[in-house]
Amino acid sequence: MKHRDTDTEGIELDLLVEAIFRKYHYDFRDYSAASLKRRLLQAREYFGCHTFSALQERVMHDATLLPQLLGYLTVQVSEMFRDPSFFRALREQVVPHLRTYPSLKVWVAGCSSGEELYSLAILFREEGLEERTMFYATDINTDALRKAEAGVYDLERISLFTANHQRSGGKSSLSDYYTAAYGAAVFDKTLRKRTVFSDHTLASDAVFAEMQLVCCRNVLIYFNRELQDRAVGLFKDSLVRRGFLGLGSKESLHFSSHAAEFSEFNREERLYQKRQ
Amino acid sequence: MNPAQSSTNLQALVIGGSAGAVGALMRLLPGLPGSFPLPVFIVLHLPPDDKGSLAALLHSQCQVTVKEAEDKEPATPGVVCVAPANYHLLVEPDFTLSLSQDEPVFFSRPSIDVLFESAADAYGSSLWAVILTGASPDGAAGLKAVHAAGGKTWVQDPATAEAPTMPRAALAACPEARVLSLSELAQELLAMADLPTVKEASHS
Ligand SMILES: C[S@@+](CC[C@H](N)C(=O)[O-])C[C@H]1O[C@@H](n2cnc3c(N)ncnc32)[C@H](O)[C@@H]1O
Repeated sequence: MKHRDTDTEGIELDLLVEAIFRKYHYDFRDYSAASLKRRLLQAREYFGCHTFSALQERVMHDATLLPQLLGYLTVQVSEMFRDPSFFRALREQVVPHLRTYPSLKVWVAGCSSGEELYSLAILFREEGLEERTMFYATDINTDALRKAEAGVYDLERISLFTANHQRSGGKSSLSDYYTAAYGAAVFDKTLRKRTVFSDHTLASDAVFAEMQLVCCRNVLIYFNRELQDRAVGLFKDSLVRRGFLGLGSKESLHFSSHAAEFSEFNREERLYQKRQ
Repeated sequence: MNPAQSSTNLQALVIGGSAGAVGALMRLLPGLPGSFPLPVFIVLHLPPDDKGSLAALLHSQCQVTVKEAEDKEPATPGVVCVAPANYHLLVEPDFTLSLSQDEPVFFSRPSIDVLFESAADAYGSSLWAVILTGASPDGAAGLKAVHAAGGKTWVQDPATAEAPTMPRAALAACPEARVLSLSELAQELLAMADLPTVKEASHS
């Protein structure tokens, strides 16, 4: 019945993913197969290859193709204060708990080009928590991480970001945090002075610090159940007792093997709290 | 892949549409019995800020369960899963559903092509696919993929469709598809309600 595994294209696809893992240590073997296939088909077309075997041949012998290939294999959609109601719930319901800690650690896993990190940094500054907080922003896509460290976004996107910030209950004006230059909004570098950006994969890397809050939004949908379980296991291990986990608006722990280890803190906004 | 699941339905029905398709679904789905033996997956082009109103509306009118699709949800007979606004809906080879924010197709996310192509990969010849009224060529490539994998393809008669672009494009790409009016489609779906539920005991 699982003919996808036995047809030629399925075999070639599996071998390509295996080859990328063995040679470059990027592990896409446990990503959602259907959407990974779509993205690989797009990459194949972009590189002008007729088969996945041909694409494998090129990628194996030309490491310079890797960044572009990674661009296809990872989905980089993001925005500041994405799903404003999530940030409002964070502000109104989670922040009061966070205030009780003398120092805080926050992990933004799968931070892409940084929009989520800057949103949190602004929220924490508005709430007076910034000075006691360390942020860890991680991703596997090094191009995205570089953009995150730069904190420069198209000016065209700012009206959306501003509206989102307002709807999230923002207490200041977003324009306080960036300067506009040559069609770009350059975000205040003091926003990231308490942030460590680093290359970290949820597929094989380990926990690195004890967190009060983990945000991993719109990343898990690209993983299969096994990899989702691994990632959520990492979050569970790194969270303090009663620490918080925020997921994307279409993600949940509903089908997770770790579901029982968390309580639904705000079901609608996908905010969970570790039990023990 | 999923040991928690004791059995999995091996066949499915997928439906795609855009302009006018809510009305078409309101004629097709309310007649289905709650014991409908297939899982149903639907992509309609929705405004990006829709918060599940389509699934709620259909659910209130139907005997089958209609809900927004959740990521990694297993396909379930008699449950109709609708793609949420702004997310593609895909069927995985292990018959669970995935959501993604990959690029829109023909300006649409969710896209009918994305659902149909992934469902064709997963279900092969055990898939039924329906293209309804719509004002976009999305779905044509998907229907062709369903046919190529051996699945059955039905298209709402463009002459009776509120917006004929989508069914016309689908027929141009997949001329083998059967052309049916909405009432004929409703009858075909009812006939499917008598299909036996085909299951495998478990899969690894
Ligand atoms: C759609 S973006 C989400 C950005 C941001 N969290 C948001 O919600 O707006 C998904 C990110 O997950 C990253 N990613 C994919 N696989 C990963 C992995 N195994 N470990 C860490 N990050 C990963 C991608 O590179 C991408 O930047």
